[in-house]
Amino acid sequence: MFQEQPSGGHVAGTGGAIAPAPLPTTAPARVADEDERAARAALRAQIARLESQLSGIVAERFPFIAAPSAGGPAGGPRLPGLGELERCRDRLAARLQELSALAERRTEHERRARALLEAMKLEPGRYRYYRVPVRDLGEGSCGVWEVRPRLGVIGMLAGWWELTLSSGCP
Amino acid sequence: MSAAAPPDPVAGWRTPEVERELPGLRLLACEIEVGRRESLTGDSPPDIEARLRELSNRVRGPRAIGVRREPVPAAYRVFFRHIGMDPDVDRTPMESAMLERMVRGGFLSGGLLDDVLLIALMDTGVPVWALDAERLDGSLGIRTAADGEQLGRSPDPPLLAEGRLVVADSRSPVAVLFGPLAPSHCPRARTPRLALYVVQVPGVPDLYAEEALWSAANALQAR
Repeated sequence: MFQEQPSGGHVAGTGGAIAPAPLPTTAPARVADEDERAARAALRAQIARLESQLSGIVAERFPFIAAPSAGGPAGGPRLPGLGELERCRDRLAARLQELSALAERRTEHERRARALLEAMKLEPGRYRYYRVPVRDLGEGSCGVWEVRPRLGVIGMLAGWWELTLSSGCP
Repeated sequence: MSAAAPPDPVAGWRTPEVERELPGLRLLACEIEVGRRESLTGDSPPDIEARLRELSNRVRGPRAIGVRREPVPAAYRVFFRHIGMDPDVDRTPMESAMLERMVRGGFLSGGLLDDVLLIALMDTGVPVWALDAERLDGSLGIRTAADGEQLGRSPDPPLLAEGRLVVADSRSPVAVLFGPLAPSHCPRARTPRLALYVVQVPGVPDLYAEEALWSAANALQAR
């Protein structure tokens, strides 16, 4: 099925010239091969770690952080060389950095929303008509916390304010 | 419903180049006699349809997102990157099935054979493929495609890129790894014998790969 390509093979010239003997694979060449294979294995290990971290962020922070579509070269399964593995590793590292930054910003946003909600609970009268969507708290539903007057106009006149949660998704 | 005991899976060959570069990659295959009376491409019998419905109820949005962190699907994601593919572009079989489930609102039947393979995938996370066993020549294995090689042995087979990872028998590539099957080797409605195979990647326990194969074989052999 597959024929091994003889290494260092030569075609004898015409006129009975003696072809030089094939060069044996030298020890340094073998060492270089081994080194490169080890480098590819190390890159694969790095890629596996990065992929695992990326998947973690996407799975934990969905739907607030979506997996960005990659845009890397498509081309079907193959045995990538060192350069291609390096590029893949670098792309993943950049994407991880980008998603980590998004996740941090999102965490800060949720922290502020929770702090505001706490304050609204403690002193509703100071936060009249303030609204905190449940999504801002990192929860996947669609309700909204809001400070509203109890009993409508009576509450407004009497200064009776309360925190309510809207009924959720339409 | 009775079924012959599925044959033991046989490990496929790998060329030294593939073995050196992707040490944990393994192909497991088995040949079975189709016991079902129904057409492989026609409607599934009630037992298979019931399993699909059950799976549709079991798989919901949160799992579809979280699946990339489950050990077996995660192993395929990583492996896709190792072979130059981007699982966010070319989705892994499990993620692709999950996405279909979300888009279509359930696992809709795609014919008996497709349904059986889908059930095996969803139960184990390991994809299973089926080829027409009578068109194969020798055992299956994994290698890279040579320059100018074609996929399968039909009159006008698709050309493969040099270096493409393929599943091959002793004469030619019969499928792209994790990709399409050769048109010449796709099972037909009444194919009597099937060669089932799974591609096991590093991080996928033997038990899961064997279970996937066993599950598909058992469902297809049932009389």
